[in-house]
Amino acid sequence: MLTRLFPAVAAVLVAVSCLTACGSSPGTAAPASGSGGPASLTVFAAASLTETFTELGRRFESAHSGTEVTFSFGSSATLAQQITQGAPADVFAAASPATMKTVTDAGLASAPAVFARNTLQIAVPEDNPAKIESLGDLAGPQVKVALCAEQVPCGAAAVKALDAAGVEVTPVTLEQDAKATLTKVRLGEVDAALVYRTDVIASGGKVRGIDFPEANQAVNDYPIAALTEAPAADLARQFVDLVLSREGRDVLTTAGFQVP
Amino acid sequence: MPWPLLVPALAGLAFLVLPLAGLLARAPWQSLPQRLAEPRVLEALRLSLVTATIATAVCLLLGVPLAWLLARTTLPGRRVLRALVTVPLVLPPVVGGVALLLVLGRRGLAGQWLYDAFGVSLPFTTAGVVLAEAFVAMPFLVIAVEGALRAADQRYEEAAATLGASRWTVFHRVTLPMVAPGVLAGAVLCWARALGEFGATITFAGNFPGRTQTMPLAVYLALETDPDAAIVLSLVLLAVSVIVLAGLRDRWTGTA
Repeated sequence: MLTRLFPAVAAVLVAVSCLTACGSSPGTAAPASGSGGPASLTVFAAASLTETFTELGRRFESAHSGTEVTFSFGSSATLAQQITQGAPADVFAAASPATMKTVTDAGLASAPAVFARNTLQIAVPEDNPAKIESLGDLAGPQVKVALCAEQVPCGAAAVKALDAAGVEVTPVTLEQDAKATLTKVRLGEVDAALVYRTDVIASGGKVRGIDFPEANQAVNDYPIAALTEAPAADLARQFVDLVLSREGRDVLTTAGFQVP
Repeated sequence: MPWPLLVPALAGLAFLVLPLAGLLARAPWQSLPQRLAEPRVLEALRLSLVTATIATAVCLLLGVPLAWLLARTTLPGRRVLRALVTVPLVLPPVVGGVALLLVLGRRGLAGQWLYDAFGVSLPFTTAGVVLAEAFVAMPFLVIAVEGALRAADQRYEEAAATLGASRWTVFHRVTLPMVAPGVLAGAVLCWARALGEFGATITFAGNFPGRTQTMPLAVYLALETDPDAAIVLSLVLLAVSVIVLAGLRDRWTGTA
């Protein structure tokens, strides 16, 4: 019973206590790059960066032989909590400035740089049963709409966009993240949803994305920073440089991100 | 008490209880009263209690006969059936939710027909929450009741049958009273599991306050922005379930 009553809380608390313990010994810092031995870099990144950062990590590894890049993808808020609780991360890439702020406020990162922007699209099933063309169509009485919950970045962006357009939507569900929201569209359980462009592109054509002008009012900035207590500080800076480089921008734009 | 039992028993107890101590230690006690008074908390709690109770009723209605079928008949392929009953235990609940969508969703195998014929669509409704909870919780009831049925002395049933009782009369006058404690234990487990259900519920029924947002869903989303609120919600859920379960044990099974 205990194990199911609060799975998320329990998992986080357990993870946090372990990570605190693991991160509290300063003597375990990984060797910096250039020392010749095998080095490892740990990157905490928002779930929506899974595809792009995995690709960038692969390129980073081939450019720095002997270096292993490990990713922890998850909700930006959860990752930020883990970092402030002492998780041994080198780089943090967040899906919102607010989550990055909790890390900079704790003094664990400084001068984050915005490396990508994500905008919303209306996602509809391939056959578009409710004939959705614009944001206003989502307000139709028979239209079933899924949004992200306001607590997660894509939900906050959806509220902003709908407010900007003056459209009042009664969603049937407020999902826990963009991927779950998209699943409801893919299975045809809802007629439309507001998710990120990148999610629509990553779904590989199973879902149609419709641009709408009000999306410009709700652009989501993705900041990245090397952490001040990074065990592999040099590698962390080099990885951030790669993400901000022309090569990094190419990978991100291919996936549907806008770059500053 | 022999120490080879005592030591692991205490370790086991500590393992189960220490995370709870962690929650209690980190709980924001000062802001607790005002957090509890938020209408959203009460709404989610009410929904959780109502859906878990209805789901348990559904499980009793379907699960007890199913347990009887597994324990008392010589159906061919009973072993396979028993294995199939435990599928929801093994399946990650999120996958269970997707499976329910594929069958009962608006475009699902059976849901399509429901929707076309009656205009009924189960996802995103409170009924959907009950279904998701019942799906995940039913094996706990079936396994408990089947165990009780196997342990019960069948000679009483045989005696009733030789005295002319029909199979149905034997079932509800002899078998059911004999296995009542097992049924209750199963129902309690089933209720507790339904109360904590997260994955299948959020996948199949979605998350909407007042309609499908149960406590575990509220906890998960609170964790995104306000970990303190998540801890408070978890404590409420824990406290309510412990009170209900402890109360049940005292009153009806006398095994406190």
